[in-house]
Amino acid sequence: MSLFSDQRWSEALAHLPDYLGNHVRVSLAALALGLIVSLPLAIIARNRPVLRGVLLGFASIVQTVPGLALLALFYPLLLVLAALTASWFGFDFSAFGFLPAVLALALYSMLPVLRNTITGLSGVDPALTEAAQGVGMTERQSLFMVELPLALPVMMAGIRTAAVWVIGTATLSTPIGQTSLGNYIFAGLQTQNWVFVVFGCLAAAALALAVDQLLALIENGLRHRSRLRAALGAVGIAALVAATLVPTMARSASNYVVGAKTFTEQYVLAALIAQRLNADGLSATTRAGLGSSVIFDALKAGDIDVYVDYSGTLWANQFHHTDVRPREELLADLKSILAKQDITMLGELGFANAYALIMPKQRAEALGIHTIADLAALAPSMSIAGDYEFFSRPEWAGIKQTYGLSFRTQRQMQPDFMYAAVASGEVDVIAGYTSDGLIAKYDLAVLGDPKHAIPPYDAVMLLAPKRKDDAKLHAALQPLLGRIDIAAMREANLRAAGNDGSSSPDAVARWLWEKIGKK
Amino acid sequence: MSNGPLIAYTNVGKTFSNGDVVAVDDVSLDVAEGEFLAIVGGSGSGKSTLLRLANRLIEADSGSVMVEGEDVRNVDPIRLRRRIGYVFQSGGLFPHLAVGANIGITPKLLGWPAAEIAARVDELLELVQLDGAQYRDRLPNELSGGQRQRVGVARALAARPRIVLMDEPFGALDPLTRDALGDDFRELHRRLKLTTVMITHDMTEALLLADRIAVMHEGRLLAQGTPAELSESTDPYVEKLLHTPRRQAERLGKLLPGDGAA
Repeated sequence: MSLFSDQRWSEALAHLPDYLGNHVRVSLAALALGLIVSLPLAIIARNRPVLRGVLLGFASIVQTVPGLALLALFYPLLLVLAALTASWFGFDFSAFGFLPAVLALALYSMLPVLRNTITGLSGVDPALTEAAQGVGMTERQSLFMVELPLALPVMMAGIRTAAVWVIGTATLSTPIGQTSLGNYIFAGLQTQNWVFVVFGCLAAAALALAVDQLLALIENGLRHRSRLRAALGAVGIAALVAATLVPTMARSASNYVVGAKTFTEQYVLAALIAQRLNADGLSATTRAGLGSSVIFDALKAGDIDVYVDYSGTLWANQFHHTDVRPREELLADLKSILAKQDITMLGELGFANAYALIMPKQRAEALGIHTIADLAALAPSMSIAGDYEFFSRPEWAGIKQTYGLSFRTQRQMQPDFMYAAVASGEVDVIAGYTSDGLIAKYDLAVLGDPKHAIPPYDAVMLLAPKRKDDAKLHAALQPLLGRIDIAAMREANLRAAGNDGSSSPDAVARWLWEKIGKK
Repeated sequence: MSNGPLIAYTNVGKTFSNGDVVAVDDVSLDVAEGEFLAIVGGSGSGKSTLLRLANRLIEADSGSVMVEGEDVRNVDPIRLRRRIGYVFQSGGLFPHLAVGANIGITPKLLGWPAAEIAARVDELLELVQLDGAQYRDRLPNELSGGQRQRVGVARALAARPRIVLMDEPFGALDPLTRDALGDDFRELHRRLKLTTVMITHDMTEALLLADRIAVMHEGRLLAQGTPAELSESTDPYVEKLLHTPRRQAERLGKLLPGDGAA
């Protein structure tokens, strides 16, 4: 079987108009905004050393903030802003997706544009600016007729750098709800779908190159006073935008948006929910790869309509409780807290995806470790790995305190790599998830929690405030409640972690429905 | 126009860098209509500052500068510069604009119609002895130094100024080109009835081209007059400046006797 006969390539291709279109729009909008802000600032600052220093310093600091963090920061910022405008002017906007992505990326594009414009303008021979004055030009005429045309090559180099950066960084806007080519990469990394990862990277690189070359054509045309070349470049960029708008326009907007966080199980469940809605004649799309902290606010704001969260996560992270409640009590409390925010907790799916400390079964038996309590004595000589958020979560503090745990080292890892790492002995213990299919695959043991330090994590279905009384939606989702047990979910997760054509979230969701729908 | 001077400096002073450097110190100097005046001096003598005061590229601290009977302080600097021709050192041509666009820049700023500008550009190229069809659309970097300076002169004359200011216009050229260009400009000056102020560090050039010479040194005007008047000056610096051309003339006279007989 050749590399490209894999059906995941055609699946990836099917997403391309949507992902690429969104990527082009968010990148070019950000670049345009960046230019509109940076160019006048650079022109104003060129003869003002203090302002110039402040601007370049600010832009440099922005540049040192990792792209992912910068994008993530804009979401809560805009939420606050949206709340303010809503209460002051009675007008509200979506802080989700496009807007925070454009703002963060525009900020990101500023440094090369500012720096190159200032450098380009200050590199103009003073004899020529004096000549411009001498022939009778005003300051403005000198700027537009002499200084800017002469600085153009340097400025365009900055704009091209900015374009490439923005297009690359835009792949990171997936977690804040902006569809982009990053959707391939985030989904691919989570579901170990390397075809998607490679496809996403190639598409982003090709887009960056294409835009860079079109900008080069415009620059070339301007420099050699060839209207034809400049026009060709401009037409190329316009055509790119138009081409990405057409498929989006043609497609009718979906009524329901299903959210998913950034891990495999969430991709499968979102696909399952979307399939159920579509089967009931309710058009639905998924917005996958959303950050944990973004997704709840997105639901509350109505940017997504439904998603699956976990009782313990909501309890500890969303509502900042540190006590551990018995399962039933927790669910009842959560339901009433959520109802106060107009969010409907429709019900449990039937399985729990709790954090658990996990190690290879054989090794655990050899060391006589059955529960976390047994681990305490050996932990100081062991290493532990967890996902990116585990060690800063209250559960970890709770576990450490309850059992008096102290590990030699702790490492953060991409969740799907943890299981292989512990199986190979690279780390001794991992903080994994009870519903993960890899537990069975690698023959791992889930250590017991006799002191109930880890809160329960029942998977629960949440609906946005505006869907509170949506009877059709409730009816469509009803068949999923209480039907997915831990064994089914583990197997589904294991299938989704596979590396072939039947491991896409859609395919696994269909399999899962077959399995539970027939019960 | 009355018989008064076309440019008149009266007790002009100019200081740079927060009072540290006195560039022009109490200078009074008249330039009569139709006159070709050369201002001679070394670097830092204040000659460039003196020139730039006339079209307000630099503003005077004290004293007054009158151009065509008006105090320049009362004239809008942009309009003043558009009616005074200015030839820059090594041309000062805009490298991104073709020869034609460079020459036509001041008429364009003055809002002349395009057809009129085009006709004027061809007229000027002929005046400075460049073939219009061949050079109009070339970029400055495709020209020789002498050709560039011819274009620079054409640009200065484009809006039909009565006054032309020249900032060491021929300094960067080889001697032959420099000589030819100097003679050609002198002829234009006569034919177009211009009033020209040229600065140069080269006394020989000043003697050969100008009607009158003003000598600047350390911001002060040491002497002014025709070559003959200047040769009678007792100022040691002026004598020193005249020494080189005198000695060269004597030596050349001995070396090339045939020249004198021809």
